[in-house]
Amino acid sequence: MNAYLILEDGTVLKGKSFGAVKEVISEIVFNTSMTGYLEVLTDPSYAGQAVTMTYPLIGNYGVCKEDMESKRPCCDAMIVREVSRRASNFRNDKSLISFMEQNGIPGIEGIDTRALTRILREKGTMNGMITTNENFNLDEVLPKIREYCVTGVVKATSCTKAYKPELNEKTWNGIHPLPYRAERPYKVALMDFGAKDNIAQSLLKMGCDVTVYPQDTKAETILAENPDGIMLSNGPGDPKECVEIIEELKKLYASDVTIFAICLGHQLMALATGADTEKMRYGHRGANHPVKDTKTGKVYISTQNHGYVVKEDSLDKNVAVPAFYNVNDKTIEGLRYVGKNILTVQFHPEACAGPKDSEFLFGEFIDMMKMAQK
Amino acid sequence: MPKNKDIKKVLVIGSGPIIIGQAAEFDYAGTQACRALKEEGVEVVLVNSNPATIMTDKNIADKVYIEPLDIEVVKKIMLKEKPDSILPTLGGQAALNIAMELEETGFLKENNIRLIGTTSMTIKKAEDRQEFKTTMEKIGEPIAASTVVTNIEDGLAFVEKIGYPIVLRPAYTMGGSGGGIASNEEEFVEILENGLRLSRVGQVLVERCIAGWKEIEYEVMRDANGTCITICNMENIDPVGVHTGDSIVVAPTQTLSDKEHQMLRTSALKIIDELNITGGCNVQYALNPHSFEYCVIEVNPRVSRSSALASKATGYPIAKVTAKIALGYHLDEILNAVTGKTYASFEPALDYCVVKFPRLPFDKFISAKRTLTTQMKATGEVMSICTNFESALMKSLRSLEQHVDSLIHGDYSNDSDEDIIEKLHRVDDRRIFVVAEALRRGISIERINEITKIDPWFLDKILILVEAEKEMKEKGLTREVLEKAKRLEFPDNVIANLVGKTEEEVKAMRYEYGIIPAYKVVDTCAAEFEAQTPYYYSCYGSENEVAETKDKKKILVLGSGPIRIGQGIEFDFCSVHSVWAFKAQGYETIIVNNNPETVSTDFDIADKLYFEPLTAEDVEAIVNLEKPDGAVVQFGGQTAIKLTEALLKMGVNILGTSAENVDAAEDRELFDAILEECCIPRPKGTTVFTCEEALKAAHELGYPVLVRPSYVLGGQGMQIAISDEDIIEFMGIINRTVQEHPILVDKYLMGKEVEVDAVCDGEDIVIPGIMEHVERAGIHSGDSISVYPAQSISPKIKRVIEDYTRKLARSLHVIGLINIQFIVHEDEVYVIEVNPRSSRTVPYISKVTGIPIVDLAARVMTGSKIKDLGYTPGLQKESEYFAIKMPVFSFEKLRGAEITLGPEMKSTGECLGISKDYNEALYKAFLGAGVRLPKHKKMVITVKDSDKLEAVEIGRRFEALGYTIYSTKNTARVLNENGVHAKTVNKIEEPAPTLLDLILGHEIDLVIDTPSQGIDRSKDGFLIRRHAIETGVTCLTSLDTANALLTSLETSNLAELSIVDIAEIDSVEEQ
Repeated sequence: MNAYLILEDGTVLKGKSFGAVKEVISEIVFNTSMTGYLEVLTDPSYAGQAVTMTYPLIGNYGVCKEDMESKRPCCDAMIVREVSRRASNFRNDKSLISFMEQNGIPGIEGIDTRALTRILREKGTMNGMITTNENFNLDEVLPKIREYCVTGVVKATSCTKAYKPELNEKTWNGIHPLPYRAERPYKVALMDFGAKDNIAQSLLKMGCDVTVYPQDTKAETILAENPDGIMLSNGPGDPKECVEIIEELKKLYASDVTIFAICLGHQLMALATGADTEKMRYGHRGANHPVKDTKTGKVYISTQNHGYVVKEDSLDKNVAVPAFYNVNDKTIEGLRYVGKNILTVQFHPEACAGPKDSEFLFGEFIDMMKMAQK
Repeated sequence: MPKNKDIKKVLVIGSGPIIIGQAAEFDYAGTQACRALKEEGVEVVLVNSNPATIMTDKNIADKVYIEPLDIEVVKKIMLKEKPDSILPTLGGQAALNIAMELEETGFLKENNIRLIGTTSMTIKKAEDRQEFKTTMEKIGEPIAASTVVTNIEDGLAFVEKIGYPIVLRPAYTMGGSGGGIASNEEEFVEILENGLRLSRVGQVLVERCIAGWKEIEYEVMRDANGTCITICNMENIDPVGVHTGDSIVVAPTQTLSDKEHQMLRTSALKIIDELNITGGCNVQYALNPHSFEYCVIEVNPRVSRSSALASKATGYPIAKVTAKIALGYHLDEILNAVTGKTYASFEPALDYCVVKFPRLPFDKFISAKRTLTTQMKATGEVMSICTNFESALMKSLRSLEQHVDSLIHGDYSNDSDEDIIEKLHRVDDRRIFVVAEALRRGISIERINEITKIDPWFLDKILILVEAEKEMKEKGLTREVLEKAKRLEFPDNVIANLVGKTEEEVKAMRYEYGIIPAYKVVDTCAAEFEAQTPYYYSCYGSENEVAETKDKKKILVLGSGPIRIGQGIEFDFCSVHSVWAFKAQGYETIIVNNNPETVSTDFDIADKLYFEPLTAEDVEAIVNLEKPDGAVVQFGGQTAIKLTEALLKMGVNILGTSAENVDAAEDRELFDAILEECCIPRPKGTTVFTCEEALKAAHELGYPVLVRPSYVLGGQGMQIAISDEDIIEFMGIINRTVQEHPILVDKYLMGKEVEVDAVCDGEDIVIPGIMEHVERAGIHSGDSISVYPAQSISPKIKRVIEDYTRKLARSLHVIGLINIQFIVHEDEVYVIEVNPRSSRTVPYISKVTGIPIVDLAARVMTGSKIKDLGYTPGLQKESEYFAIKMPVFSFEKLRGAEITLGPEMKSTGECLGISKDYNEALYKAFLGAGVRLPKHKKMVITVKDSDKLEAVEIGRRFEALGYTIYSTKNTARVLNENGVHAKTVNKIEEPAPTLLDLILGHEIDLVIDTPSQGIDRSKDGFLIRRHAIETGVTCLTSLDTANALLTSLETSNLAELSIVDIAEIDSVEEQ
């Protein structure tokens, strides 16, 4: 069945429908990872967005359920050049096509994704509509597309009740020792703003006793549990929309508890301490972004997925100093808070999909908690 | 960290002659690195024995030594030049081994020279099997159960424990030399014995066989600050068991989930960190297709064939960045040349699929075993880029130039399904076509996967191509079918065959519906950033990104495709130099090529690079888009010449010699007319099509005769026939492929072969020099030792040659290059071949005379006159140096290949010996080719009857050098009768000990075995020669070569060699 991608600037791209047949209006973004389409599909940070994969062959290894970053797909749609009719991998449960079908996620293939990416790069992230209706009227749909705004997505993707996650050993390769520890000396409260599963998994592997809290949890509730550390998760949408969360973070900041934050968590902490964020032209989404550690000068390749960034000129250097920079565009990729046990990063040390180069930051978080315990 | 200011003068070691496993990729890497070093103001001293390389140009390095890559010679150069550092990671295994030896002998320390780019500790940890194993165990990286053995007994003891099959890998060899898989004791002992001999340190790794696992490679980089990145990962379609150089490889990996990819990526980074590598490194893995289990196969702490491929596949210049890292830079301080705004510390994101296809030499070595093993056999490779795997595969197939345009190849009409299944078990170069045939017959993907272990995903992609074939056959040509077929990169001629139309009809329909390819940019970043680099590939059904340029006149340069025997790196040298020459004249240059190993496909050589197959259809699409003002076909070997007619049809102006005149040189009748007009004699001959005609011609001319197809390079299919039997056999072989052009039968004259390259502007010519072949006519010019200036011909003959060259060049209206081969027979000069194009000897003769003939050719092609270019027309004054070009062979890599030299070319590369003394030049040339004698001072001489008397003198001289000579009965008798002491040994069929035992005893330095002419039907000679080659013994099949070797050994020795900086050789004219 033919399908169409209509961008808010009036560009119409014709492709073929796969997955669920459904009309969606969404924010169109692109991701440059060459593997990990399932992790992208199930990453809550993509809520409200339709993801264009720049790598042209998607679905090659099917769907390996244990690789999902949340219980269900979170993005609105997938835009690909070619979806594989055959999935080949020893862990593969089903094809990407049937997975999307079953989960109600529409896909469009046969799109010149490179051409689309070039449009998004030049004009910035845009809204768009995916439809199988051949008789759409551009004059009617364009205002609707332009009107669309990603909103309410943190609430939509966060858990609603606190819970204790369990370690998933299915992706262990059997070669390297599993860094599993019986004792869990560090009590960590994980604020779920649309958290990827591997954040909790990484903490569990490092010996943390993790409790996941919904996004609307009050600071008092968390502090009352007396955690050794607080983990602020990633999440979707415009950070400035999370006014209530920011208020709670101000209290957490004041509490002096050790805090580690990723992505949206990093942006929210910056907003809570007086800095500002802005929307980027087309964001950073992929698994090849170099970030430079300001302490060692060493560069790590990181997974990134963000459309907003902390403005460097809004930083009060007495409050927070950059811990990481993006080597390509020199934007802030991490902050260390002055006089506080707080480290926040814009990128994803939990990887999935992507390199594990910055996984050591979870260790640093442990060290920070250890120091505070003494 | 910024550049280390202590590094001011660096010695770069090249990789030497092109052999299987060590090809043009090192010229590409070396050239790029030298340019990077010079860009940083570092003085570069280069040593490489290969004169056909671009890296040995004087504009690439400051000091250029085209000297043997022998430790003593390298030491001498270092003592003279006093570099402060040595960069050994760019010249492949050859350079790494020399660096190790320099370090181990304490020479570097004594002279205060440091290794940059890597340390000897790193090399040792990666290359020494035991050290490597210990290192991997230390960091918990798995390797296959294995042990390092230094003798057969220990090997057998270990096998007892782990069982067959077993993989053997000798330490410190390149291209897997001497390695293999053994499934029983006999095979095991054979391979192990051979491996122990080939290993520089006498070590062989014996390991558990993981054949059938996925073979995955990672190209990684690390700087001194510990920043580690992956440039590219690659998946071999052929599972573990086939050398990666012989595998079809795809980039990036296709069947790995992110979990598997990250697992291996993390492992690769951990390994380079532990090895403390600074620069590029290749890590190879075997991955169990049914679990997360993996093991590290090997680590190459240097740039490699794979890194060249990764550079071209991603646009990330690994060699350049490696050189900058060696100077002390960190990755985030090196700008990404492709985007111009991001840095080298990132991982390329691909938004296309890359397929590499090996070019195997079985068309040249009909008797060689086609089986693919862990011993590499490919001489070259092609790469193609497209938006999916099927289309990239299709493009790579036609890039190979092996008369194959799709997966429809080979005749299986007599095979039953069982036969096909049986054939699937054979791991050889034809397997992919058998797989396609199996799928055509409905044999299931599961079944094929079970037999071949090729991942079902790839098999399904092949099935998609097979289904498309079927659809075309059944539905005929509709717009929809055509669009789909083109998206899958079926060429028009294949579509035409399938739908029963002509190629023109298919093309017309494409144009009618506007089905034309679009061009996309290779930008390292999947369009995330704007790219500055004009590096393009085509695909159908997409948006075109290439903007038409109009500001300058445009010249299209057609490259030479994959490296094969007969068309090697020399033609890339010519293509690149022509690009530079046209650029210097203010033209915009566009190059089309598909060889990832070469300098010409580096994106900063031409103004635009199209990485595309070199077929008429692919080139036409580029022509339609670019509308070049002219095209040059003279520099890209036969690949480019073959496109002349098609280019003319497209209306492209061919620069230089016109197509009619190119034809005139190849067309027997036209050419004979020209010769007659010029009063130039040639050996008598005629053209034939059938075997009967050939026999008739041979009888008229009288045996021996030379039989060959026209329009071929490297003498492909050329043979000397001495009997009707030979004619019948040769004609059968030639006519196995349909011949568009007639076959030539000529009288064979056994004279002195002489060769010239010249530049002609239509009127005047420049001949830089006359080259003479050491071997008498009958051995292909590419396989002969070539001497400049010619030694044994009189000034009178030289004048005749100059005169004939001028006459021929004028008559053929040559504008640009011409190569002519002559035979001097009984003081008479005959023309045997004229090629109005660049030749194999062009780089060699330009370097040793200092006359840049490619540049001159490019200038006359755009209208300049020789007189205006500062040259006096005619034969140039002879150089004061003797320069000898020595052919180098790769016979030991090709089991079962016949090594006897003849009119069909067999060498894979060449090296140079240069000196003011002829004998020393010869000595150096032999040394460069790996002939380092004497060792044991024992040799074997067995010659055909007609050579026996001539062999006496050779025997006498070897005896004088202290050699003990062994011969079979007849040869020994003749030698002894003539006063040369020769010990008689039994022939192979006689009771042991025989000649073979002697050779296998590893005490023989040299075998001189001259086979009878025509087809040598004696099995003995073949066995002797093969065993000699496989035990590492120098084997000569021509007495002329033996004489030359003697001359070199009699007067020269290693300790007293002179060295020559060829950057100081200026053309005599300039002085």
